[in-house]
Amino acid sequence: MSTTTTQPGGGTSAGNAPARPAKTGATELVSWKAGIGLSVLAIVGTVLFGFMSPSKSAGFGIAEASNEGASSVAALVTFVLALLLSVGLGYLWFTRRRSTSGPARSSGPGTVPGWLPASTVAAVVVLGLAALGVAKVSKITLPSAATCWIAAVILLGLAGYTVYLTQAKRTAPRWVAGTFAAVFLIGFMVWIVAGGNGAEPSISLAGLIAGSVTLAVPLVFGSLSGVLCERVGVVNIAIEGQLLLGAFSAAVVATVTHNVYAGLVAAAVAGTLVSLVLAVVSIKYLVNQIIVGVVLNVLISGLTSFLFSTLLTADPDGLNKPGRLPPVDIPFLSDIPIIGPILFHQSLVGYLMYIAVIVVYLGLFHTKWGLRVRAVGEHPQAADTVGINVNRTRFWNVLMGGAIAGIGGSFFTLVSVDAFSKDMSGGRGYIALAALIFGRWNPIGAFLAALLFGFADNLQSVITIIGSPVPSQFMAMLPYALTVFAVAGLVGRSRPPAASGIPYVKG
Amino acid sequence: MSESNTPRQVNEVEAERSETLADEVVLDVALDTADGAMAPSVIPAASQGGQIPHAAGGSVFRQIVTGNAMVSVLSVLLAIVLGGILMAVTNPKVAETAGYFFAQPGDMLTEVFRPYVALVQGAIFNWTGADAAAQLYPITETLTVSAPLILAGLGVALAFRAGLFNIGAQGQIIFGALFGAYVGFTWHMPFPIHLLLVIVAGFIGGAVWGGIVGLLKARTGAHEVIVTIMLNYIANFLLLFLLTTPAFQRKGSTNPISPFLDQSALFPELLGPQFRLHAGFLLAVLATVFVWWLLKRSTLGFEFRAVGANQSAARTAGINVPRAVILVMAIAGALAGLAGIAQVSGTEKYLSGGVAASIGFDAITVALLGRSTPWGTFFAGLLFGAFRAGGVAMQAQTQTPIDIVLVIQSLIVLFIAAPPLVRAIFGLNPRKKKKAAGGPGSGTRPSGKIESGAATA
Repeated sequence: MSTTTTQPGGGTSAGNAPARPAKTGATELVSWKAGIGLSVLAIVGTVLFGFMSPSKSAGFGIAEASNEGASSVAALVTFVLALLLSVGLGYLWFTRRRSTSGPARSSGPGTVPGWLPASTVAAVVVLGLAALGVAKVSKITLPSAATCWIAAVILLGLAGYTVYLTQAKRTAPRWVAGTFAAVFLIGFMVWIVAGGNGAEPSISLAGLIAGSVTLAVPLVFGSLSGVLCERVGVVNIAIEGQLLLGAFSAAVVATVTHNVYAGLVAAAVAGTLVSLVLAVVSIKYLVNQIIVGVVLNVLISGLTSFLFSTLLTADPDGLNKPGRLPPVDIPFLSDIPIIGPILFHQSLVGYLMYIAVIVVYLGLFHTKWGLRVRAVGEHPQAADTVGINVNRTRFWNVLMGGAIAGIGGSFFTLVSVDAFSKDMSGGRGYIALAALIFGRWNPIGAFLAALLFGFADNLQSVITIIGSPVPSQFMAMLPYALTVFAVAGLVGRSRPPAASGIPYVKG
Repeated sequence: MSESNTPRQVNEVEAERSETLADEVVLDVALDTADGAMAPSVIPAASQGGQIPHAAGGSVFRQIVTGNAMVSVLSVLLAIVLGGILMAVTNPKVAETAGYFFAQPGDMLTEVFRPYVALVQGAIFNWTGADAAAQLYPITETLTVSAPLILAGLGVALAFRAGLFNIGAQGQIIFGALFGAYVGFTWHMPFPIHLLLVIVAGFIGGAVWGGIVGLLKARTGAHEVIVTIMLNYIANFLLLFLLTTPAFQRKGSTNPISPFLDQSALFPELLGPQFRLHAGFLLAVLATVFVWWLLKRSTLGFEFRAVGANQSAARTAGINVPRAVILVMAIAGALAGLAGIAQVSGTEKYLSGGVAASIGFDAITVALLGRSTPWGTFFAGLLFGAFRAGGVAMQAQTQTPIDIVLVIQSLIVLFIAAPPLVRAIFGLNPRKKKKAAGGPGSGTRPSGKIESGAATA
């Protein structure tokens, strides 16, 4: 299904082409979208953070380490490593930049690869966090009014810079939007926390982020399932159903076999089953994929609720007491302050998430298989011509997606809560769909978008506890509103695989 | 040599076997997807005309048996059978009575059919009722529950006809209810005018929420499925938020519910106070007639259908496609908004977080079952209303969870959407005679029987 076409749905390839701005040419039109969007946000930020800034200070707690000795050693080692890494990457970036910004602008070996700026920023962030750990800071307290005003001024400056660049017919570099988002987030957090109840409102930053990662786990699995399916040309609305049946089977099988790992496998099988129906009905019987997805979600919801009400409530001990996957600490890494508890104190499902993201990313973009998959999703006729079996590729990809989403579903019953309850996936399949679009059909992007949505979810529950100027319902709305903006092309440009949603018939 | 040959031979056999199926669907799909350029339409093109082009050659008997009406009936039948199996398997009493099935088969069969009997009793006619009112109560209940389903279903169906997948009925219902309820409990006016204004407000509320989708689709190309799903959530959270504000929350209540609507803003009860049936059902009938008129008799409806059939062709023919997209989504939203009015002004009489229940999602299945035609949607709405009303009675009487209704509904739609699947299950697939005679493995396929049956008929 095409999300951004200038003329609504005017064929797939024809409709998408005009949406792409021309990259070259002196008479190129620079879109005012970014300038206007950032200006509006900057004004909103100034009004909220500046003129409505609370007078209290905002405290951000940093998790205190449980194991003092090991922690400080780990912090020191991380600090040194991150320092070396950021200096190295930064140097590399700098030299590559210099060689590309010269007069001979060639796309040779001198260009900056996309991962370089990103990983440099990541290394610097790790460096900063490790520095906090080394210095044994347990809480940061910021004067809210000053911080908010500084943030507002920076936002206005960045928006002004973008407008200036657009005026001069130049596109704003990517760091502008990145910095804008980061500053906006910091200002927003300070504003929200300082508006809380109590004399010195504070939240635990580490707890907030760790909770976000945990909440994001099913979203990440769900959106990876969506990536696998949509990249091959099958729209997967059934993520919700895959998560739900995965959760259900994990609970039942883990209880019956007294083995949580068997539950994990059962969840993958259940997700695959849902996918099997989706694949057979949409690929073999060529039914509109969106219909199948929607109907499957209703079917799974009804089926699991029915079985829950009849069988599981009649015998909860024998059928709905799966036990939990214990959190596993990775030695040494989990001792790193802040980062350790967030990233390396996870259940098996959490670690599987990291592996799945990396494997799907590498598979899709760095293997022969991935090239074929993407070819099938973009132009099935062409793929068929070079000898790729389009429908078989689609079939296997959809099944694989189902297995991944199913594992994500096991998170609900094996990690989060240790019992199944009605409709416990609670629409997260649809948020996963949103994350997939927000992440532009890319595994890494989907992962980051899912983290953002997990963060919004967690922030919502945190601010209801501390009390805040923003009603929690608006925080809950955030992922959905962002997605509407994303598909409308207001936040970046999102283009789905060209053949997504269209069945392929040879002939 | 032979090793390299074997898989290819297998592939050839497979290819030939699937060829017969492929032949049937190639035509449909080419028709449906404009030769692979777009997603297949919601209702397979082949089944929109009421006749499958390549099955037309057969006898009258075969045309009836393989036609769409038959597929619909078989789909419902199949879903009911599967639902029955599910209920029987999970019912411990069935297992008990199955132990002595051969001694007393009646016991087990009674147990198996008990939920469906209760469902019919709760949905159509309760023959155990004391007086005529009690006996007829179920059918009035069905009509009451059907009204919002039909209205919202019409909204979804209308969008389907213009080639738009409106999953947003849920949000549009909420917006209609929100606008209508506000007018209903803050303004105070005499009876017919107040109710009329409430209806208009609901119409506008739904039209706004649906129109946004159309606007985004027409102006930016944002896919309506994603936008409507997201707008459903946004509308829901907005409703929950508003119900905590003084403007909407009932005075003196800590629950997130609105005050009761004025008596003058309510639909009159059609059969007296002992039945819940209200004039919202008449609104549903009127809306059905309106949609029928719109689609069949108006220029605008013709434009909608043209856009739904082929946008490029419609554009070439001089139809303003963006305008049609915006308008159809606004009208679809308005119809769903009226469903919200049927809820707040008729059934519920106040606004709460659960005002839309799952009507918006049921509406999709209603529209699909009704094949997106106005009267088809009307009767599909009645059927699903009966399932809903009967499901409540069934749950009360036999402790069978009402969720089974969801299973049956979704199975029906799944089967309806895939006519070849249903025909394959019942062995009714139309196929070319030569292929069927010569094709490998045709003897083992159940469809061979129909060939001979059709020949004798």
